[in-house]
Amino acid sequence: MKKTENKTINNSRRDFLSKAAVAGTITIAPGVLLHSTSAHAIDGDATDLNTSVSTRPLDQEVSSKNRWGMLIDTTKCATGCTDCVDACNEENGLIGHNRPETDAQYIRKVTLKSKSTGHELSLPLMCQHCETAPCADVCPTGASFVRADGIALVDKHICIGCRYCMMACPYKARSFVHEDVKNQKLSAPRGKGTVEACTMCVTRVDNGGIPACVEACTAENHNAMIFGDLKDPNSPISIELKKHGGKQLRSDLALNTGVRYQGMNE
Amino acid sequence: MTRFLRQTAVMVYALVGFSLLSASTLVGTAHAGTPFPDIHEPTDKSVKCIQPEDVMRREHMNYILHERDETMREGIRGEPESLANCINCHVEPDENGEIAGIETDQHFCSACHEYTAVQIDCFQCHADRPQKYIKRNSHTSSLRQQLQQTLAASNAADKGVKQ
Repeated sequence: MKKTENKTINNSRRDFLSKAAVAGTITIAPGVLLHSTSAHAIDGDATDLNTSVSTRPLDQEVSSKNRWGMLIDTTKCATGCTDCVDACNEENGLIGHNRPETDAQYIRKVTLKSKSTGHELSLPLMCQHCETAPCADVCPTGASFVRADGIALVDKHICIGCRYCMMACPYKARSFVHEDVKNQKLSAPRGKGTVEACTMCVTRVDNGGIPACVEACTAENHNAMIFGDLKDPNSPISIELKKHGGKQLRSDLALNTGVRYQGMNE
Repeated sequence: MTRFLRQTAVMVYALVGFSLLSASTLVGTAHAGTPFPDIHEPTDKSVKCIQPEDVMRREHMNYILHERDETMREGIRGEPESLANCINCHVEPDENGEIAGIETDQHFCSACHEYTAVQIDCFQCHADRPQKYIKRNSHTSSLRQQLQQTLAASNAADKGVKQ
């Protein structure tokens, strides 16, 4: 039996998330590249969009003066493009074991279809870097935490692999490492028995860089992702958010996510 | 009182005697070829360790632990005390170009840790060799293939449910 169309805001959000969860688990992403992978010249606007980077000296600790975030324009995110996912896998040394159910993924492409209009959109979904993160709330050891500058991380040194955070996360953003790992990347230590997720490429960010996914999206001239400081009113991300606004996924949970989305029309 | 003193004296003699005996036994066995760990010395002698050898032997775990929490929680990077820095100097390929992994007792860390039977967990998450010696294939293409398969499967499943 078909449900009657009730177009309240809460219902559409619920629809969106139930779809997101389903799409995320089984659809993941088609691997076809719709875009030419030849080198693109990065145009002026594109580089300017990601100029808000960390200027903190590395011997000083992170502070709440910054809040790192991302803004994703879903209208520019092409269905079938997985440039951000590929860049993430490469950056973090994520190797699949041909077991999609359990293979680690920090970022995945999700396709959403509006029930009312049939409008489809594709977006990358990763750790939303909540200010009040459910993963950190439920962690029994304090391994899941949110850094002062808003990046949610797992301290694998004290993670006991209970996976409580994976259940608490409304975005299904975390993975558990089931296999022994060798030859890890320097900036992405990971091992069996611990939970992991998008780190917003914390080592890059600390060194004044931008996350690998944003870099790839910009380099391929899609320009669907902007990285920057949400607390700096003059950063491109803040200016863009002020101008056109942005949605938080499951904003009803009041998690104040660091990742925001635009163009999520029905 | 005298009885107590005499008893104490006997105990002290006994203790001294015992320790002398055990010391001589130890020295004796050492000469008889006690196996010692084969610790790899870095070939580049121009680079000095951050602390003298005796300090590093006793304190390395404290240095690494301290740095670990500062880096993880506070984002402080670039300190000289780091596991990666240890590995970068102390783990080198042998004359055949092979690097002894942490699972062997030839690795710089496991040489001592196996000898002293102290379990080492660092390398469950961290690479046991310098990044420059790690050959990486691009896994992107194989991942993409997997994703295509998954998509095809889920599309088929979708159709089955809907129609």
